[in-house]
Amino acid sequence: MSTLDLDTSTAVRGSSGRAAKTPPPAARARGKRGLLGTLAAHGTLTVASLIALFPIAWLVFLSLGPDKDDYLHPERIWSKMTFDNYTFVLQETNFFDWLQSSLIVSLGTTVIGVLIAATTGYAVSRMRFPGYKKFMWVLLVTQMFPVAVLMVPMYQILSELQLIDTYFGLILVYCSTAVPYCAWLMKGYFDTIPFEIDEAGRVDGLSPFGTFVRLILPLARPGLAVAAFYSFITAFGEVAFATTFLLDDEKYTFAVGLQSFISEHDAQRNLMAATAVLIAIPVSAFFYLVQKNLVTGLTSGGTKG
Amino acid sequence: MTVAIDRATGKRRGDHGPRPGLGQRLKRSYQKYWYAYAMIAPVVLVLGVLVLYPLAYGFYLTLTDANSLNTARTIGVNEIEATYKFIGLDNYADILWGETAYDRFWSHFIWTIVWTGACVALHYTIGLGLALLLNQQLRGRTVYRLIMVLPWAVPTFVTVFGWRFMLADGGVINAALETLHLPTPLWLEDTFWQRFAAIMVNTWCGVPFMMVSLLGGLQSIDTTLYEAAEMDGANAWQRFRYVTLPGLRSVSSTVVLLGVIWTFNQFAVIFLLFGSTAPDAQILVTWAYYLGFGQQPRDFAQSAAYGILLLAILIVFTSFYRRWLNRNDQQLAI
Repeated sequence: MSTLDLDTSTAVRGSSGRAAKTPPPAARARGKRGLLGTLAAHGTLTVASLIALFPIAWLVFLSLGPDKDDYLHPERIWSKMTFDNYTFVLQETNFFDWLQSSLIVSLGTTVIGVLIAATTGYAVSRMRFPGYKKFMWVLLVTQMFPVAVLMVPMYQILSELQLIDTYFGLILVYCSTAVPYCAWLMKGYFDTIPFEIDEAGRVDGLSPFGTFVRLILPLARPGLAVAAFYSFITAFGEVAFATTFLLDDEKYTFAVGLQSFISEHDAQRNLMAATAVLIAIPVSAFFYLVQKNLVTGLTSGGTKG
Repeated sequence: MTVAIDRATGKRRGDHGPRPGLGQRLKRSYQKYWYAYAMIAPVVLVLGVLVLYPLAYGFYLTLTDANSLNTARTIGVNEIEATYKFIGLDNYADILWGETAYDRFWSHFIWTIVWTGACVALHYTIGLGLALLLNQQLRGRTVYRLIMVLPWAVPTFVTVFGWRFMLADGGVINAALETLHLPTPLWLEDTFWQRFAAIMVNTWCGVPFMMVSLLGGLQSIDTTLYEAAEMDGANAWQRFRYVTLPGLRSVSSTVVLLGVIWTFNQFAVIFLLFGSTAPDAQILVTWAYYLGFGQQPRDFAQSAAYGILLLAILIVFTSFYRRWLNRNDQQLAI
C-alpha cells in the first residue's frame, strides 16, 4: 500500500493549500456542489464532530463537580464549579504512583519490543530464507491472539517464577504481543526504503549487519518511532493483564487505578472523572503530534514485499 | 552470503545448477542464510519463550481439570503441591456439547458473532461516509478531521468510563431522552440494552481509525480516473461504485480484517462498561476471563480451553478470508 504514504500530509495541507490556488476550471466543475449539498455536508460533519467530542467534553465537565453524585444532576455543577477534584487526586491519591507504574511498564515494553524486533523487520523485508512464509504467518497469528489465550498459562508460569505483581512480569507479557507487532510494522517501513541503498552498501564492502546498522537504521528512524509509539499506547491502554497481574494498589497502572475508584461499596465518580481527564490530556496531545504517521505505519507494508 | 531478491520477479538470484548432496546443501544453505537467521533469532527466541511455551502449557492445562483449588499455590509459608489430573478432551466436549453448553458457550458465541458483525459493519460504513465527506473540498475539513479523531486519541479505558456516566440511570442520555418524552431504557442493566450500548460505545471508539485509513485510501485514488469517468457520462453513484470502491479495495480488505480481529478480541469496552454485572452481554473473550479470573474457584482449565477455541476461530476465519481475497485477486496490505 505505497499509496497510503501520501495520506495525511495532503489532508492537512489540503484545505489551506488548495484554497490558496485557484483550481483549474475542470477540477472546479467536478468538485462543485449545490449550496444544499454543501450545507448537508457541513451539517453531517458537525453532528459527527459533536458526537465524537461530547463524551469527552462531558467527562471534563463532570470532573469539575465536587460531589460524587453530581453526574446525576449536571445542572448543579454550574454554580459550584471547582478544581478541588484535581487537587485531591494529585495530592491524596496514588496518582503519581500509577503514573510511574504506567511509564515503567509501557516504556519497558517499548524499548524491549523495538530493540528486539528491529533486525527481524529488516531481515523479513530484505531476505528470503527457507521458512520465511511460515515465520510471517506466525507473526500474523500472534497479532490476533485473544487475551484469553495466554492469560491462564502466563498467570501460572509467572506465579511459579514469583513474577506476579511485578513490573517485569507485566513487561514480559506485553512483549509477547509487542515484539511481533513491532517486527511487522518495521517490515512495512523497511520496505519503503529503496533496495539500491543496501546494494550500494554491499558493493562498498559492508556486511548485511553493517548495511543495516550504518545505512538503513538511520533512514528508518520515523518507522522505529511509529513502532515505538504503537507499543507504548498498546501497553499503556491494556486492561485485562494489568487488572489481573497487579495486586498492590501502589503498583497499579492507570488502566487499573481508574477502576479502583469504583468499588462495590463506594463510587467516587468525581475523582474518577478528574483522573481520567488528567490521563487523557497528555496522551491525546502526544497522539496528535504523531498521528500523521500512524495509519501509514499500520497499513503500508506487505503488498510491496 | 545472503540473498538479494529481484523485486520484479520475487525470485532469488542464483537458483541454478544440479542438486548437490544433502551435507553440501545444508552447508551451503547455512552459508547462504545465516545472516537472515541471525537477524530473526531474537524474535524467534522471544516468541518461543513468551508465546509458544505458554501456549503449549495452556493447551496442556485445557486437558486437565486445573482450577485455583488444585493448582500449586502458596498460602502463607505453606507450599501446596498441584493436585489436578489429566482428563483428556473432556473440557472441550463439555464446553461444546455438555449440559447447559448453550447457556455457557453457544449463546455467547452467537452474541460474539453478532457483535463483531454489527460493529465492523457500522465502523466501516460510518467511517467510509465520513471519509467521503472529508475528501471533498470543504472549508474547515482539517478541523472536522481533528475533532473526529479524538475518540481514537484518548485511551479506551478513559472514554469507556465517560460513557458509563452518561449511560447510567439518571445520566445525561436518559435525561435527554426523558425531555424528548422518549422511553428511557436501563442501559447498564437490561440485557438487550446492554448489548445495544456495548455496540454503540465500541462503534464510537472504532470509527476514527476506519475513517482515517479510508481517507488515506481515497486520497491515493488517481483523480484522472474520476475525470475519465465523468467524460464517459458516469453519474455520482457510478463513479462511487466503479472508481472509488475498487480503488479502496486493498485498504478495505486490510482494515476490515483488522477490525474483525480487534472487535472479536475487544476486551476493554465490555469489561469496563459492565464489570461483572452483565453475564449475558459478555462476548467470548470477556467470558473466558470471567471463568478464569472473575469467579471463585477460578476455573483455569475451562478458561484456557475457551482461549484455544477463540484462537482457532480466528485462525480459521483469517485463512478463509485470505484465500477468498486471493481468489478475487486482491491483496492484503498487511
